Amino acid sequence: MYKTEDGREIFVLDGHTHFWDGSPENQANVHGKQFIDCFYAYHTNLSPAEELWEKSKFEKYTADDVYRDLFIDGPDDMAIIQSTYLSDFYKNGFSSIERSSEMASRHPERFIVNGTFDPRDGEKALEYIHYMKENFDIQGVKMYTAEWNGDSKGWALNDPAAYKCFELCDKLGIRNIHVHKGPTIIPLNKDAFDVHDVDYAATDFQNLNWIIEHCGLPRLDDFCWIATQETNVYAGLAVALPFIHSRPRYFGEVMAELLWWVGEDKLLFGSDYAIWTPAWLVDQLWNYQIPEDISAERGGVQLTDEVKEKILGLNAASLYGIDAAAKLKQLNASPIQVAAE
Amino acid sequence: MLKEIQQSELATTVWEQLENVSDPELDEPITDMGFVERVEVFTSEKVEVDFRLPTYWCSPNFAFLMAFGIRQEVEKLNWVREVTVTLKDHCFDVQVNEGVNGSCSFDEVFSKYCNGEELESVNLKFLEKAFIRRQETVLLALQQAGLSAEAIVSMTLGEFDLIEFQGEEEVRQKPRYRSLLVSRQLASGSDDPAFVTWTGQRIEAGNLRQHLSELRSVRINMEFNGALCRGLSNTRYKEVEIGPDGPTLVDFIQGRVPPQNFESV
Repeated sequence: MYKTEDGREIFVLDGHTHFWDGSPENQANVHGKQFIDCFYAYHTNLSPAEELWEKSKFEKYTADDVYRDLFIDGPDDMAIIQSTYLSDFYKNGFSSIERSSEMASRHPERFIVNGTFDPRDGEKALEYIHYMKENFDIQGVKMYTAEWNGDSKGWALNDPAAYKCFELCDKLGIRNIHVHKGPTIIPLNKDAFDVHDVDYAATDFQNLNWIIEHCGLPRLDDFCWIATQETNVYAGLAVALPFIHSRPRYFGEVMAELLWWVGEDKLLFGSDYAIWTPAWLVDQLWNYQIPEDISAERGGVQLTDEVKEKILGLNAASLYGIDAAAKLKQLNASPIQVAAE
Repeated sequence: MLKEIQQSELATTVWEQLENVSDPELDEPITDMGFVERVEVFTSEKVEVDFRLPTYWCSPNFAFLMAFGIRQEVEKLNWVREVTVTLKDHCFDVQVNEGVNGSCSFDEVFSKYCNGEELESVNLKFLEKAFIRRQETVLLALQQAGLSAEAIVSMTLGEFDLIEFQGEEEVRQKPRYRSLLVSRQLASGSDDPAFVTWTGQRIEAGNLRQHLSELRSVRINMEFNGALCRGLSNTRYKEVEIGPDGPTLVDFIQGRVPPQNFESV
């Protein structure tokens, strides 16, 4: 929980975190090396100097690191761990549901582990969705439309094979579909992170919640346009948030657009751990105000305490059926285990 | 045959010529972005240019556009007999280097490797973005200087030319905006309006605010890319940390930017 200066306790649900293994031992080829290098460049580029990690720790951190960075040093009450396999790049997957679930099983009250699938696998993808539901009772998945798969360098949410998968998700009650729509890092497809497919999928699957991680940046205008028209489209703030430190005015412009078009009930905090750690992000967000001239251009929208509380946890809690007040009470009753082992 | 002193002078003119090549998505000269790694002029009047991008994954579209731009600009120098452009450390470097130095037309190469996209239309798309960003900068500066919406939208090119901006960015963007305006034939004579949309429409005073908001949303996207690109190239090639804004032309010419180090930080 984040404690404000006036003593209020703010529930924090970190909507976008990972437990990855990008170490050289797990890299299948040069692409695996380049991918984690690229992540590390994001980390070094946008973090405050005192928050920087060494490369080897960044490549592969431990379950203890996660617990400490998120819940002891960090203000998170709960975290959603996303799965991303990148099987063409990593021998045992970049962040697999099995490895993440094992890590999370030590503190099940604090983690939500999401699965993932690749619709291009056809029948196998459907079988895998069943497997994840039966074994891990997943409530959500993370989609990575730019993932490589053999000759294919990307896919779209409205591909027929993807629709079959989403039909099954709907049937099994896997309601929260997180989609990476962010900076282009694997763009061999025309533009595999283009956001337009969200428009189709969100319209055709009204029962599912579409959480667009990185809010479509650098296609914020396209994303806002789509999100405005769909009631079931949300924005994950990972990657946008760290700009609060390096370019605060720019961050204000992005937030003003999101608040104006998408609205305060549909924005979700995400640290993108381990690219960034939540402690400094949440602290800076809580103390941030959109500059007045920027706010004035967008009908006076502002990051008030109430809005921040929604962004930091209440919005995600409602998507995942969590009673924030009860959760805070439960966690307060069982103090943080400093020695996690 | 060139003498040594000529070679180094000519290398400087090549560097200056390369300032005309922009990163298409950011509308910033590739020399400012630190993308150009090496320029070499040989006694046989052959020129070699090596460049590199912030990540291994940077969009192939952009890589092709920049490679083509480099070759076109260098070929404009009348003493140049031959140009070789080399993109380094990129997932598409082999294709880009074959495409830019081979005998196929750029249109063919681009279409072949970029999902059948037309080079011309992609170029136009990026020119539009550049136009928008440059226009927003000067419009905001005029607004800040206290000009009314009416005064701004009715300003002629002749009046625009007389304006002296103070801010660094406005000073930089004013000629860049003007040159696009003229080259796209959106304005030519001094009585033509200085501010029209990319499609040549007049802007109504009452719509200026809305127009600016549209320009802003395009700029927000470009700025995101720009911030990431600069940061990523700084961290990928950590030697590019000379001065707060990366290496300058002088740094490159004086050899202060060492050969790339492929190892990450």
